[in-house]
Amino acid sequence: MSTTNKEIGPPVIELGAMGWLRKNLFSNWYNSLLTIFGLYLLYILIPPLLNWIFLDANFVGSTRDDCTNEGACWIFIQQNIKLIFYGLYPTEELWRINFVYLILFISGVYLLIPNLKHKGWVGAFLLIIFPIICVIMLSGGLGLEAVETRLWGGLFLTLVIAGVGIVLSLPIGVMLALGRRSKLPVVSILCTIFIEIWRGVPLITVLFMASNMFPLFMPEGVNFDKLIRALIGVMFFSAAYLAEVVRGGLQAMPKGQYEASQAVGLTYWRMMALVILPQSLKMVIPAIIGSFIAIFKDTTLVLVIGLFDFLGIIQFVGTNPDWLGFSHEGYVFAAAVFWVFCYAMSWYSQRLEKKLDTGR
Amino acid sequence: MSSELMIEMKNVHKWFGELHVLNDINLEINKGEKIVICGPSGSGKSTLIRCINRLEEHQRGNIIVEGTELTNDSRSIERIRGEVGMVFQQFNLFPHLSILDNCSLAPIWVRKLPKAEAKEKAMEYLKRVQIDDQAHKYPAQLSGGQQQRAAIARALCMEPRIMLFDEPTSALDPEMIKEVLDVMVGLAQGGMTMIVVTHEMGFAKEVADSIIFMDEGQIVEAKNPKDFFDNPESERTKTFLSQIL
Repeated sequence: MSTTNKEIGPPVIELGAMGWLRKNLFSNWYNSLLTIFGLYLLYILIPPLLNWIFLDANFVGSTRDDCTNEGACWIFIQQNIKLIFYGLYPTEELWRINFVYLILFISGVYLLIPNLKHKGWVGAFLLIIFPIICVIMLSGGLGLEAVETRLWGGLFLTLVIAGVGIVLSLPIGVMLALGRRSKLPVVSILCTIFIEIWRGVPLITVLFMASNMFPLFMPEGVNFDKLIRALIGVMFFSAAYLAEVVRGGLQAMPKGQYEASQAVGLTYWRMMALVILPQSLKMVIPAIIGSFIAIFKDTTLVLVIGLFDFLGIIQFVGTNPDWLGFSHEGYVFAAAVFWVFCYAMSWYSQRLEKKLDTGR
Repeated sequence: MSSELMIEMKNVHKWFGELHVLNDINLEINKGEKIVICGPSGSGKSTLIRCINRLEEHQRGNIIVEGTELTNDSRSIERIRGEVGMVFQQFNLFPHLSILDNCSLAPIWVRKLPKAEAKEKAMEYLKRVQIDDQAHKYPAQLSGGQQQRAAIARALCMEPRIMLFDEPTSALDPEMIKEVLDVMVGLAQGGMTMIVVTHEMGFAKEVADSIIFMDEGQIVEAKNPKDFFDNPESERTKTFLSQIL
């Protein structure tokens, strides 16, 4: 073997910015054409959009007359911000919602900071004690004035529905997935029927049923809160989808993992909790988060049963005679807020995947 | 050697659908005995040892492990699995846990040992198979030979009285086979009762008290190593030996 070969490094083809441009944007004629077309699209779209959202927009004022109509009128959002964020929740009780947000924010940040101790306890607090705090703080009790759920609305209501739906549907979905794969025929058949029924029905139908049909089956005088009925509907709907996602993960597990767990004497539930589920859930994190994002956005459908979620209340505010004609601002604002929440979930999902990656 | 009976199989039959994979298996294994099972693929040797800890269910006959008969009663299965360790061809380590956690998982959750004690014991066994320096790595970061030794340590951490090996070296690169066999020889010299499905005839000669040749679900021949290699009786054994030696 010749010794001079040691002097030769890998071939250097791309040199600097020009090399990069040539390789990635102008490698041949149709690639160049696409690049130029793309740049042109950005040129005609971005400046007007920026002008409308920021440069020509009005941010200060109190009525529609303060808006110049050249750009967006963010005064519309600003003047209705309480409705949009909290619905009709009594103004003097808003601190209760904010208090719940604060607890959630602090524990969330704590969980996100790497290498802190007692994260398990914080997690347990969030899953067990925090919901109790929420119920008492938000709907009243222990000396706090009761606030009926028909007054709940806006982003707050969206977060309640999505939060409850997401948190409760995952464990139910996991149980349904395990049930569907059970060796006991009765369990398996019941779970399959349950999953397929919920998956076969549009969410909007589920919500209608929960709101209009369900009371018909209840004895006279028994009346569940409408929000609770909607929550149960969303929860089972989401659980049915998650069950199939989780089942996919379970099916991807090599048989050897089950056998090794059994051989060291783990019982069924321990095997699932310690060996099988940690691995199979990890595999389907992207799909699980996808389901969560879908549920978050689907909460907008509760409008059809008369609950005013974030989007619903923005549309409602837009029908106020004082603010007619500002629906664009409303929708853009709604889109931005939805995007922030959904992207946050997506970001967290990627972070989780990286963190849990131990190779195979 | 004491002749305490550890495993007894009486007229054991098993079918996979129409296929008769175990056909009238009779076997008695005493404490401290090392049995090597060999035979062509599909002869039922893996199925036989997998019946001993109920990874497969036998359909006829009796299997009695340390006085406990294997039945559908989950308590009998649990008790027997607690006494019987198993090592697989594909290692089957838990990829989401470190090597140390792989080893201490079952002692903590099945034997109910305190965490610290379980980890201490796991380190002891990892030292014995000479991978204590890899204890905090994940399985995917180890070589095949190291993974298989970790799998042996994982089984040993439950302090089993019987060890089953299902082709423990078949999935290994040639240069890693010896390190695993060395561990197994050490275990055999320590007096463990072992049943090993393998084609490593050198290992069989060195440690086996008896070699069993299986074909088409039956035990064709069972002899001590010397007789097995020097005077095989059945034609099938002779053919098999001529093919692998």
